[in-house]
Amino acid sequence: MGRIVALLIAVLAAASVRAEGVQVPGIAPADRRSGFETMGPDVQAMQRDDFSNPAMLGVAAGEAAWSRAPENGKPACSGCHGDIDAAMRGVDARYPARDAKSGAVLDLPGRIQTCQSVNQGLSPQPRESDGLLALQAAIALRSRGMPIEPPSARGLSDGVQRGEALYRQRFGQLNLACAQCHDANWGRALGGTRIPQGHPTGYPLFRLEWQSIGSLQRRLRNCLTGVRAEPFPSGASEWLDLELFLRERAAGMASDAPGVRP
Amino acid sequence: MRRVALVIGLAAWLAGPIAGRVAVGAPMEKGAVPEAAPLATSRPPDPANGRRIVVDRRRGFCLLCHSGPFPEERFHGDLAPSLAGAGLRWSEGQIRARLIDSTAINPDTIMPPYFKSEGGYRLGRAFAGKPILNAEEIEDVTAFLATLRD
Ligand code: HEC
Ligand code: HEC
Repeated sequence: MGRIVALLIAVLAAASVRAEGVQVPGIAPADRRSGFETMGPDVQAMQRDDFSNPAMLGVAAGEAAWSRAPENGKPACSGCHGDIDAAMRGVDARYPARDAKSGAVLDLPGRIQTCQSVNQGLSPQPRESDGLLALQAAIALRSRGMPIEPPSARGLSDGVQRGEALYRQRFGQLNLACAQCHDANWGRALGGTRIPQGHPTGYPLFRLEWQSIGSLQRRLRNCLTGVRAEPFPSGASEWLDLELFLRERAAGMASDAPGVRP
Repeated sequence: MRRVALVIGLAAWLAGPIAGRVAVGAPMEKGAVPEAAPLATSRPPDPANGRRIVVDRRRGFCLLCHSGPFPEERFHGDLAPSLAGAGLRWSEGQIRARLIDSTAINPDTIMPPYFKSEGGYRLGRAFAGKPILNAEEIEDVTAFLATLRD
């Protein structure tokens, strides 16, 4: 009897997930293409050349900030970590990650903010501020070309699953799910824009449309307002869950941060 | 009409995930598409206004997904069948049903529901309580599409 009830619950649970989430097949690993690969050759050329990639200005600012000690007498980033090339090699490729001390799961900007407050006694720079994006870009550069590591290998499968449910959720007045554009219709023309596969490989990046460097969250906010949905508040766990799923989906793809996109 | 949607929905559910990418504009049998009765409006339909709504990027934004006989518009989408000949393929009632809520015809559709005021999940604050198009606009677009006969 208990078994039958359990079976029934399992069937009902499966049915409700199915009914809520959009079920389109994912992209086979061999068919995955980063936004860099699918964008036009002129923007690709801009990203390939560090002297024309505007995100490299952020890298320079971030490198300067890396070794600048705060006025309160606490150490600079370099005071704890040493040389950025050696210390930050491969770090961005394995974020988001769990903070060993607090147990909290942090994305890279969240990690930087935590260091700023805990280790430097500063009030952390806000997300989307030039200062935080610059540090993030300088750190991300040290993972360029490296394969993105799947969050599930770091014990973060729960977040990956929550993120996938959000990815399959229809949102907003236009009633569209991420999966409907990025799995089912990538490569097609949405008006004048080619839909990319939606991989998080290049962030933070310089977007010509923004005329500035911006974060993955800013990109996802744009996709949500695009379908006339209310974006999650800044700091909401949904952003982290979505990023965890996108990183899992892109596992093994090469990081191309800090990138350029149209 | 509810029942038709339910049956189509169940069939899709039982068929399971579709293999490969979904084809654009897989032809639908005319008989399988329900008809919707004209909406109550304050004035007769205006097909010329319907055309303006179809090409307007903030009102109908149909060309985000569809192409069609709109040579003055530079960018047409290719996520959906061309609107050319829509009036030959479908009755006015079927066009109206398609606009009001496409998910009643194809539960997996990407075409937004243009006349549903409940709104979607996490509906943007600015759009609360309003359908994408109002009844007059739905009738205008319906009347315009019915004129697309070649
Ligand atoms: C209506 C279609 C649509 C929906 C729905 C949508 N997106 Fe996007 N997305 C786009 C388009 C178009 C772009 C590229 C914009 C450009 O290049 O101008 C994009 C870009 C992206 C990128 C950047 C890729 C890169 O190479 O930098 C990511 C990541 C992304 N989307 C994730 C998502 C997620 C997650 C969701 C759901 C919360 C979502 N998108 C919903 C259309 C959509
Ligand atoms: C986000 C994408 C999208 C938008 C925006 C959109 N449609 Fe569609 N439409 C589709 C798709 C995809 C189909 C194919 C049937 C299906 O999948 O339900 C379709 C089918 C149709 C059909 C039936 C076409 C045929 O001959 O089979 C008509 C008519 C139509 N749409 C009219 C419109 C009009 C008018 C607008 C704007 C007011 C509009 N659509 C906006 C995606 C869209």
